[in-house]
Amino acid sequence: MDSFHSYYPLPSRLSVSDLCDAIRRGSIKAEDYMASTLDRIRRVEEKVHAFITIVEESTLLERAREIDRRVRDGKGFLGALAGIPIAVKDLICTKGLRTTCGSRILEGYIPTYNATVIERLEEQGAIILGKTNMDEFAMGSSTEFSYFGPTRNPWDLSRVPGGSSGGSAAAVAALEAPMALGSDTGGSIRCPASFCSVVGLKPTYGLVSRFGLIAYANSLEQIGPMTRTVEDCALLFSHMVGRDPLDSTSVEPPKTVFFSKKDDAMDLVGLKVGIPKEFFGEGIQESVAKTVRKALEKLESLGAQCEETTIPSIQYALPAYYIIAMSEASSNLARYDGLRYGLRVPDRGYGWNTIFAENRRLGFGPEVKRRIILGTYALSAGYFDKYYLKAQKIRTILRMEFQRAFKRFDVLAGPSMPILPFKIGEKVGNPLEMYMCDVDTVPANLTGLPALSLPCGFRNGLPVGIQFMAQAFQEGLIFRVAYALEKSLDLREEPRL
Amino acid sequence: MAMAKAKKKERMTRVMRRDEEKGKDGEPEVIIGLEVHVQLTNLKTKLFCSCSTDYRGAEPNTHVCPICMGEPGTLPVVNEGAIEDAIMVALALGSSISRRTLFSRKNYFYPDMPKNFQISQYDKAGGVPFATGGSVSIGGGKKVRIRRIQIEEDPGRLVYEGTIDSSPYILVDYNRAGLPLIEIVTEPDMESPKEARMFLQNLRSILEHLGVFDESLQGAMRCDANISIKGGKRVEIKNISSFKDVERALSFEITRQKGLLSRGLRVGMETRHWDDLRRITVSLRVKEEEQDYRYFPEPDLVPITISEGLIAKVKACMPILPSERKRLFIDKYGIPPQTAEVLVGSKALADFFEECIKLKADPLPLANWLTGDLKALLNEMEIEIWESKVTPAHMAELVSLVKDGILSGKMAKEVLKEVVATGRMPRKIVEEKGLRAIASMESLKEIVERVFSENPEAVKDALRQEKAVHFLIGQVMKATKGSADPLMANEAVRRRLQEIASSVSA
Amino acid sequence: MPKERKLSRREFPDSKKEGDSRIGKEEVKHLAWLARMKLSNKEIDAFSQQLSQILQYFRKIDEVDTEGIEPTYHVLDLTNVFRKDEPRTFPAEEVLRNVPEKKGRYVKAPRMG
Repeated sequence: MDSFHSYYPLPSRLSVSDLCDAIRRGSIKAEDYMASTLDRIRRVEEKVHAFITIVEESTLLERAREIDRRVRDGKGFLGALAGIPIAVKDLICTKGLRTTCGSRILEGYIPTYNATVIERLEEQGAIILGKTNMDEFAMGSSTEFSYFGPTRNPWDLSRVPGGSSGGSAAAVAALEAPMALGSDTGGSIRCPASFCSVVGLKPTYGLVSRFGLIAYANSLEQIGPMTRTVEDCALLFSHMVGRDPLDSTSVEPPKTVFFSKKDDAMDLVGLKVGIPKEFFGEGIQESVAKTVRKALEKLESLGAQCEETTIPSIQYALPAYYIIAMSEASSNLARYDGLRYGLRVPDRGYGWNTIFAENRRLGFGPEVKRRIILGTYALSAGYFDKYYLKAQKIRTILRMEFQRAFKRFDVLAGPSMPILPFKIGEKVGNPLEMYMCDVDTVPANLTGLPALSLPCGFRNGLPVGIQFMAQAFQEGLIFRVAYALEKSLDLREEPRL
Repeated sequence: MAMAKAKKKERMTRVMRRDEEKGKDGEPEVIIGLEVHVQLTNLKTKLFCSCSTDYRGAEPNTHVCPICMGEPGTLPVVNEGAIEDAIMVALALGSSISRRTLFSRKNYFYPDMPKNFQISQYDKAGGVPFATGGSVSIGGGKKVRIRRIQIEEDPGRLVYEGTIDSSPYILVDYNRAGLPLIEIVTEPDMESPKEARMFLQNLRSILEHLGVFDESLQGAMRCDANISIKGGKRVEIKNISSFKDVERALSFEITRQKGLLSRGLRVGMETRHWDDLRRITVSLRVKEEEQDYRYFPEPDLVPITISEGLIAKVKACMPILPSERKRLFIDKYGIPPQTAEVLVGSKALADFFEECIKLKADPLPLANWLTGDLKALLNEMEIEIWESKVTPAHMAELVSLVKDGILSGKMAKEVLKEVVATGRMPRKIVEEKGLRAIASMESLKEIVERVFSENPEAVKDALRQEKAVHFLIGQVMKATKGSADPLMANEAVRRRLQEIASSVSA
Repeated sequence: MPKERKLSRREFPDSKKEGDSRIGKEEVKHLAWLARMKLSNKEIDAFSQQLSQILQYFRKIDEVDTEGIEPTYHVLDLTNVFRKDEPRTFPAEEVLRNVPEKKGRYVKAPRMG
């Protein structure tokens, strides 16, 4: 009756690294795995709505078969991710494959080029499954602000998956894809990772090329991996990094960003973990705090020393973040005028000012409009110093405070999100309340530091995530800590769909 | 110390000169400032992407890529050549180069802007322009001060059906979008359209000498002009695309504004568009307030630091500049300063001059021919020297024909016209037309004898009255078919008359 | 002493005194115009109220003493990232394929105004 289970004994639950080995050895065919993935999508996608676009089945299967041919013939390059399907957030440009950014304004737009990260992953044999749902232009924390309708949390379909990379998180959680790409401007990877119980990393600024990432707030955002395990996260990440001549703000990764489970002991003896008390401050749900504290206890049982600390300016991070993000966004989104691509209303004799304003009225949703207007305001003559410049100065203060903390601690930890996944529709009417959800995630974006959200438990059947931060380029360390905790927590729940 | 003193003196003379030009209450009648946009035509690629800059004559939208079309997700990367060019320009204008500079976004909507913001540089909102200060001399000891120099990208080109204000739609060609530009902003130091033209012409020559700019490329130098007339507000004129048009546009604007003011109407702040076909300015928008460009530092580009070492390196390979060349022409060839100034006012002309010298042309008469008759002829035809048929070989030959007495000045002018029109060599023209100057007094004497013997009455009259003298000179000139130098004919006739008079009285 | 305020900025009839960060409807309209977005009256009403509330919250940063602090425009200490001046061609047809309205090879835009 259930073809998925009868033919393929849950291959989609395999970790990416195990799957890679299996495909290379020929013990699992890439085509079979792809077929099972498609089957899973067929059965759950209607409930979850993780995707905006799914690549045609025949194309996907043909790509998988090509991998199998290479395995069989022993000819041709077999990349490290050969045959692994990947779900890609729909703001990463994919040549020839519609990219919407969750917006109507890009109606009809088909990218003419691949994002650098897509080039890299395809070179390693990864197969793009489709493009995942998101808050329009990554502006949101719930994936409700998508022109294509909301994504639902696989753990509770009445709740949001978090955002803005909600589609990617939901796809991975719902076993529709073994791995996914998200982007994180103020928590857009870690928030849905936490809400959907998957692993998500916001890399150190500059490690992953932004070329091909449709900009929301350039100085804050990075593309990052979203997977079911820490090991998978590290594996996928290792194939995303690298200096890109097309991105002036990209850098060559030092060795410290990589992780291999082989050379890392399970214990964390001597590891100093700082717990900024601000992460447990006003607005945190007690159930979340409890779950995270329990995970921290677990960490201590592995030999880590946890100690409370303070980073006072975290309380200013949220407004500073929103001011910077909205300001940059107001400029980034100016290009959507309907001339060169995207939605274009008929002229009907009107001048370009009117037509631009009309295209943008129809093309943008309410949250995008709010942020463009506020960003325009914050950059205006007379307000620049008070908002944008001031926010950038607070960023400096925050960096200094984090630097000070990292003199004492190896990593910092706290909840990824202050709250459990909320009901769909609960916060859409109150923008400010929605913004408050990002209170724990934005410091990493303002400082450029790496941060990872790891599933650390459930409350009332809803996922809770713990966040680890470290110094720039210390992803390797974060992976090691998260890997140890993951193994020791041993969460085995799966969403019932 | 000495330099500072000299500078102070120079400033003083400038101030004094100004005062003379000012109206009764000390205010200049007209104040002009320019924003000049110069394409760095020596660069092969655009400022932020690798598209070719060689777009002239190409089909529209063939030199484009996702980056210069502003496709979502694309990022700019700076062309290093633009930085080297900008350093050279700043050094040549005596500007001080910022040690640390960055790019800013200038936010405004316009159909020629692929991103609806321009990546430029700015001196506020966290921005630092590339260079500040410096000046360009415009002759007569006057200098126009430079406010700032910045690097920025060119917008696309808009094509209208008919005129800008009546075209039913706009056609956009993005081939030009993203081309590397240098913007040079002056202080409002010019007081007439002619000064504005001189400024542009001298600036152009400097850029040409640096090799960063090719004046033969259409539309490679464009400017916006700010003009205020006493009693009116500042008006900005956009879309001026040649240094000849700058004079036209400003003159038009002065006439227009003076007309308004004389009728008691007010001249408010506004932006106008120069329509180079109709040769008028048309109103684009009335400014109620300063445009709010919402500048902020470009987050996709990192700051640029310019070391002393790099500046020294660029300085070491700086080509000769017009000012040095002028000195050279004066010292080496004995050219009068004013003529030398005209020669170096265009690199093409100065190069042409030196090419002729290589062909052994006599420098002084050559310089006069180039800056006088030839320049006038080209101006009349509205062409530049490189567009004409005249080559250094032509001019060198013409000068030597005159020097050898084969052609009189008058005949040479005629020959030059022919050269310009047909491109044939002067000697060929002389031979074909059987032209030959009667250059020696000896050969003239014979003719004078003949004319005198043919006109005895006139000779008699000429001894008493001037009118008859002129008649005789005319007859001599007629007999030579105009090939004699009139001055010489004059002298020959008068000398002969004197001989007759003295023999009679004796 | 009152803080300096740019004189060139238009005064909005329904906006208020220094220190108040409410955004009146007229100002919402003006900002929407700067950003070339037409808004419905309903949106203007809602935004004026929502944005004022958000701005009020943003003003929390006023508490921070930033005297003598340099802004962080870039978290990376990178400088001088350049590209060689070497041309590469891109198939322009592909870019043009996305253009909604064309005339020949030109991108067609609405008239001036």
